[in-house]
Amino acid sequence: MIEFRIDRRSGVATYQQLVDQTKHALRLGLLRPGDQLPTAKQVVAATAINPNTVLKAYRELEREGLVEGKRGMGTFVSASLAQPDAGELREQLTDWVRRARADGLDREYVEALFKAELDAHY
Amino acid sequence: MTTYALDATALGMRYRRGWGLRDCEFQLPTGRISALIGPNGAGKSTLMRLATGLLRPTTGSIRVLGEEPGRHGTHRKLAFLAQDKPLYRGFTVAEMLRAGAVLNPSWDDEYAWRLVREADVPPQAKVGTLSGGQRTRVALAIALGRRPEVVLLDEPLADLDPLAREDVMRTLMAEVADSGMTVVLSSHVIADLDGVCDHLLLLAGGRVRLQGDVEDLLAQHRVLIGSRELVMPDGVVEARTTERQATVIARTGPVPGWEADEPSLEELAMAYLRSARAVAA
Repeated sequence: MIEFRIDRRSGVATYQQLVDQTKHALRLGLLRPGDQLPTAKQVVAATAINPNTVLKAYRELEREGLVEGKRGMGTFVSASLAQPDAGELREQLTDWVRRARADGLDREYVEALFKAELDAHY
Repeated sequence: MTTYALDATALGMRYRRGWGLRDCEFQLPTGRISALIGPNGAGKSTLMRLATGLLRPTTGSIRVLGEEPGRHGTHRKLAFLAQDKPLYRGFTVAEMLRAGAVLNPSWDDEYAWRLVREADVPPQAKVGTLSGGQRTRVALAIALGRRPEVVLLDEPLADLDPLAREDVMRTLMAEVADSGMTVVLSSHVIADLDGVCDHLLLLAGGRVRLQGDVEDLLAQHRVLIGSRELVMPDGVVEARTTERQATVIARTGPVPGWEADEPSLEELAMAYLRSARAVAA
């Protein structure tokens, strides 16, 4: 079962942190369809946040079709965010980064290049 | 008609030294966790005591779940934990719980005992020998043993160490998750309430300066940073200027020319508290 971590100083709304962490776990395959999310009581007993905040986060995840609340039973994962296998792409990226370094490009420049390409295509 | 947990109309309380609360209008919907924020002497404790019926208002009224506290004393579904956590120091924890059972018609003995067991407080220990955190947990068990729908906690975290604060809040939030009760928590430490409260009631100088849903309030305000030559937006709460720059907190949407951010709860509350103090001075 997923365990939430709340950072009160992050400036990100608490319910958004719960949504983001659930999606992150879905992407990494740590949560799979059929898995149960902790109940609001379990979350607040561990984190001392407002139970209404947990319910709000779960409603948001439900709206996005990622989880499903079952009356009297709890909230369950209903969709996967796992990505297709990226093994080959990752090898190519490793080669590319090695070449960039060998050619003397500094890290900040590579990051800027990468971000510009991401922004252009996503 | 909606029934509010607390509903105040023209509420005022006059002491010999002057007004403790004046012309207060506010509504607290049920099921919310409300932060009652204000400096010492702002009227937080007075407001809570008026809601319990321990004090009678000089003007106006305060309704608890639709009823004015009357001659029957505190509303049956209201619990109040005073700041000094009044427990009999010579009583054992078990004797305190027995007193709770005798004094409260709606007492849930099993529930109160479960809360004490979860707090790891020995039942035979004298109340006077308990740590601050343990004493708060016992006082909370007695307040919640009434099975209230509305619970008022006056500075429940004052004089607790960080671990005990966290324990008390975790317990309280878990019980709220089960029961859906309305909670009012007063504090002058705003950081303690950030992330916990979804409703805000801000008092200063005996008056309500700000109230409402926390997310709505944050979305309605902006921290604006820009050149001091710029035209001030509407709804300024507080403005500070240096030689070139102005920092403004205002109740407004985005304003052209200014760099705008949503404030944090603490920034917003502090701006209102400082501006109330500036007006008073």
